[in-house]
Amino acid sequence: MPHPDASCPMTYEQAIEAYFMEHRAKLIDVAAFLDRLERTSENKSDDFRMIAFRSALEVLGDGEPDRARRLLELFSDFSTEPIDTAPMKGALGAMPLDPS
Amino acid sequence: MLYIDPHIHMVSRTTDDYQRMALAGCVAITEPAFWAGFDRSSPQGFFDYFRQLTEFEPKRAANYGIQHYTWMCINPKEAEDIGLAREVMSFIPDFLKLPTVLGIGEIGLNKNSKNELIIFEEHVALAAHHEQLILVHTPHLEDKRKGTLLIMDALANNPAIEPGRVLIDHVEEHTVGMVLDRGFWAGMTLYPETKCTPQRAADIIETFGHERIWINSAGDWGPCDPLSVPKTQLEMKRRGHTPETISKISFGNPRNFLSQCSKFNVDG
Ligand SMILES: [Zn+2]
Repeated sequence: MPHPDASCPMTYEQAIEAYFMEHRAKLIDVAAFLDRLERTSENKSDDFRMIAFRSALEVLGDGEPDRARRLLELFSDFSTEPIDTAPMKGALGAMPLDPS
Repeated sequence: MLYIDPHIHMVSRTTDDYQRMALAGCVAITEPAFWAGFDRSSPQGFFDYFRQLTEFEPKRAANYGIQHYTWMCINPKEAEDIGLAREVMSFIPDFLKLPTVLGIGEIGLNKNSKNELIIFEEHVALAAHHEQLILVHTPHLEDKRKGTLLIMDALANNPAIEPGRVLIDHVEEHTVGMVLDRGFWAGMTLYPETKCTPQRAADIIETFGHERIWINSAGDWGPCDPLSVPKTQLEMKRRGHTPETISKISFGNPRNFLSQCSKFNVDG
């Protein structure tokens, strides 16, 4: 449960001063990444990671709180049973689409 | 301001890092046993690694006035081979007796496989049998949420385990609440690319409070920043958090958790 008196000691203006430029740049990075994908040789739209990515962009714009938690959940495995064997050591960042 | 980095892999770092950490206020670190970036070919490889953690690193750290403590286990990335894992676990009890070994860690899951879970449960039983603190690694990225839930269920299934003696590390916004709600300690790992930034760590503290939570760099052989704990202190200071709160997160809390092992002795 979030803490009952959750708050940032900064004012709204101070937080904008402190973080706007950095996050403006990150947003443009995202835009340039999407443009880059369009310039690739086999431009597809069905990679499971990019499907999750597009859903994440919708979360950013929906005006609801807990965006970071909701994005992380969007990229998460919601199954509950351990898998038979580890197929690799690393992770992919999003869940492959269920073929069923 | 003094700080403790309670999770950093100094075997992968240079002596210059020890110096920079000391200059930034680091007085103690704890180093869990982990995956070295490649699989060791035999139990003997782990035996030598454990000797490095208990004999060599404390001396290297002491040259910079940093107290070095450690944790023993076979990490989940090498636990898929159950036979190897059990052989390694057979000599862990001897290392637990050494003066700088604080407990079992970092155990946990990586891909949430059946064998990883078996070896995790056996480590938990080992910790319970020897009354050890536990430091838990949670999986990365898409596997973290599921792995954290499986880990907490496995811990709850062992009646000898007290949640207040277990720290679950690498929490993020989607797992920190569930970890704290179930009475465990939570660790935030400040690691570029895959985990949490100093800004997000400060956000999580503002959102979830500052009880039973610590920050660490988990510095290792990958892209990481061994100074990320003091950088989080700076981020919190910039926002206007009090020196008391900043010190609690970066020094008081880790000292309180770790002092549950009588071998841990760090003055404030
Ligand atoms: Zn680690």
